Amino acid sequence: MTADKTTTAPAAAASGDFVKRIFVRVGILPFLLLIALIVFTLMSDNFLTARNLMNVLRQSVYLMIVSLGQMLALLTGGFDLSVGTVVALSSVVGAMAMAATAVAMPDMVWLAITVGCLAGIAAGSMIGVVNGAGVAFFGVSPFMMSLGMTSVGFGVALFLTGGVPVYGMPVAFGDIFGFGSMFGVPVPVYVAALLAIGLYIFLYWTPQGRYFYAVGGNVKAASLSGVNTTGTLFITYVLCSFFAAVSGMLLTARLDTGEANIGASMPLESIAACVIAGVSLRGGVGRLENVVLGALFIGLVQNGMNLARIESYLQTVVLGALLILAVIADQIRLRYVASLKD
Amino acid sequence: MRQSEDQATKADLLLATHGMSKQYPGVLALDNVDFDLMTGEVHVLFGENGAGKSTLISILAGANHPSAGQILLRGKPVTFSSVHEARAHGISAVFQEFSLIPQMTVEENLFLGAEPRRGGFVDKAAIRREARKILDELGFNLQPHQRIDHLTRAEQQMVEIAKAFRSDLSVLILDEPTASLTNHETDHLFELIGELTARGVGIIYITHRMAEIRRIGDRITVLRDGRYIDTVDAQTASEDDLVGLMTGRVVGGIFPDLDLPDPGETVLDVDNVSVADGSVTDATLHVKRGEIIGMAGLVGSGKSELMQACFGTLPISSGAVRFKNADVTGHKPRRNIRAGFLYLPADRRSEGLMMMRSIRENVALASLDIAPFSNGVFLNAGGERQAVTALAERLNLSPPRIERAVDHFSGGNQQKAMLARALTRHYDLIVFDEPTVGVDVGTRASIYRFIVELARAGTAIVLISSDLPEILHLTTRAYVFYRGRIQAEVAGEQLTEQNVLSHFFEREAA
Repeated sequence: MTADKTTTAPAAAASGDFVKRIFVRVGILPFLLLIALIVFTLMSDNFLTARNLMNVLRQSVYLMIVSLGQMLALLTGGFDLSVGTVVALSSVVGAMAMAATAVAMPDMVWLAITVGCLAGIAAGSMIGVVNGAGVAFFGVSPFMMSLGMTSVGFGVALFLTGGVPVYGMPVAFGDIFGFGSMFGVPVPVYVAALLAIGLYIFLYWTPQGRYFYAVGGNVKAASLSGVNTTGTLFITYVLCSFFAAVSGMLLTARLDTGEANIGASMPLESIAACVIAGVSLRGGVGRLENVVLGALFIGLVQNGMNLARIESYLQTVVLGALLILAVIADQIRLRYVASLKD
Repeated sequence: MRQSEDQATKADLLLATHGMSKQYPGVLALDNVDFDLMTGEVHVLFGENGAGKSTLISILAGANHPSAGQILLRGKPVTFSSVHEARAHGISAVFQEFSLIPQMTVEENLFLGAEPRRGGFVDKAAIRREARKILDELGFNLQPHQRIDHLTRAEQQMVEIAKAFRSDLSVLILDEPTASLTNHETDHLFELIGELTARGVGIIYITHRMAEIRRIGDRITVLRDGRYIDTVDAQTASEDDLVGLMTGRVVGGIFPDLDLPDPGETVLDVDNVSVADGSVTDATLHVKRGEIIGMAGLVGSGKSELMQACFGTLPISSGAVRFKNADVTGHKPRRNIRAGFLYLPADRRSEGLMMMRSIRENVALASLDIAPFSNGVFLNAGGERQAVTALAERLNLSPPRIERAVDHFSGGNQQKAMLARALTRHYDLIVFDEPTVGVDVGTRASIYRFIVELARAGTAIVLISSDLPEILHLTTRAYVFYRGRIQAEVAGEQLTEQNVLSHFFEREAA
């Protein structure tokens, strides 16, 4: 008996230490994913099916694309609260441009789709241009800049539509980009994958990608090392809005209308996806592949709660709680990092 | 030792430390230090940067905790877990970094954390009354309702000192208090110190200025590399004695031989440059290939600001900077780096390194646009790893793990990571700003060798340093700065301690 005790105690301590080391290395996300999978599988028979998981993937891509942009803002030590507005504005402007082109040239469906998408993405990216100019050139805090632009963009979207949904887009747009699929995989998933791969190459294979981390890591050191810090900050916010605008166009295709009142939950959810994925709010730390997983996790939780018939009002409570939990876990992790150092 | 015993009979032992040590990761900042302070005495702490003075006073003030050792206050052992607790025992410190809240008023700052109350509410009348009393008693010309950020630095310092008088004061610690004061303000401070010592308060005083030591000091304790060296009488100790004690015999071993080749062509030519914020006025100097040029002077004398302005981080209001015979006035750091001009900042934590990123990324940061780090468009991960591994080996990085976050290395190794940037591309001119601050002796010696090797290879070097021995032993020519102007140029045989120091203090002594 006594011999048993003496051997299990160090083993338990070692495994506790092992969990601690895993936690320090990969963060809170793998633990949360595991817990979510187990809980929802137990709560609903339909959860762990190939069909449902594909559903989760399709539902998550909109948030995932926005989160990719949000990650850039967080990496440089800021954040972007205007991503929701960008989604709404691009949806409205894109739908209006598409509908107008379709009316003018009814035969040229693809021209209408192209013009609409370009117009929507350009309109959304303009918000980013203003954000970037304010933050990079005038030193306005990202909080105030993007909060102000949230009001501006939302106001413009409502002004353009009078609050009414925009109809009249070609049917093909929704059929392909909203509901279409190739080889059993929904089209929006391909778009998200393309953007994620493109951003991955940019972030990790080019000098400019490294500079996002440098500006967030220590802006003075970056500047003294010859990094164009203002330029980097500027394109951070332009890219962030670009991603949100693409997401806005995909949502428009799914809804088949241009809506001014979509995307309101995007700022919170995209920041949550990044923070849960270990992106530091202090800047300079975070990996793209984890952010993809973070967005999937939030999609998974929402899907699981739907299947478990949890009321939608309560779902927002859970989401907010998860965000706070992730931030607390990040703080604890920092303390562990210090204690494991020696 | 005899001397202190004699004094002990005249005055009472107020404060003493026994075997005080402080271990930081990789650095022993204090090593078994014994120190004592009598009532009514001004005890000067003297030593180089990083000698352990700041660590010692921060422990005495309760801001830091010793790894080993004991503090005795009037013979009784005490431990302080916070600045508040030390203050409750009558020990207060005025650090160079003020602990004032700029948006609040003088009186609010004076009583911050110990506001007098009446029925649970802050008693504003009592605060005003008490603040007035303290300020009057000290003879400070300040109004209790003034906001801190509307005051000059000297006035802010007065508030900081007044704060120490909130409770009964028995030990006052002053860390280079005159660095930002005018002569008149300094006189006033010294009068105040005289009144305090007459009342039996013991003063621990940190300064580098000989004139001040002569004027108000009673005893001087010299620290070097965290160790207690000696305690001498302030009135009889000569400057040579003190500098000898301060630098020790280490000097000979730590500095490499300076057998540099004859200087080549001029690389940097600064012509009548003034910096827009007024920190430098009409500075003219030149630096040649293969030279190590020193920039000496007190903190804030403009020695660092001038080079920052040349590098493009501070705006220049007039004059011209020529680098390799091309006008580079106003060029951004990015352009200067690509032309072959690098500035390595003094504060590695706030300006030099991305603390949470790896050694590899930190070393490579300034050269990601060229081989072997990239092909111009895409990064070359393998080339980067190889290059940084080789540099880590050359600079003896320990542990040699280039993927580890910089934050987890000791100060000396962090410094090596930053200095390694000098080797990631070809530079014609490298400015080292205080390259050995907070670095242990072993690393310091290797940094000196590194600098001399660069100079021998034909790089022009500028060494900005507040550490006089560095200027004397490592440079071939030095410019001495005083209040934003170049006071003197000292070269070759003339480069002696007396010569340089006399320009540090010339006008101040007068």
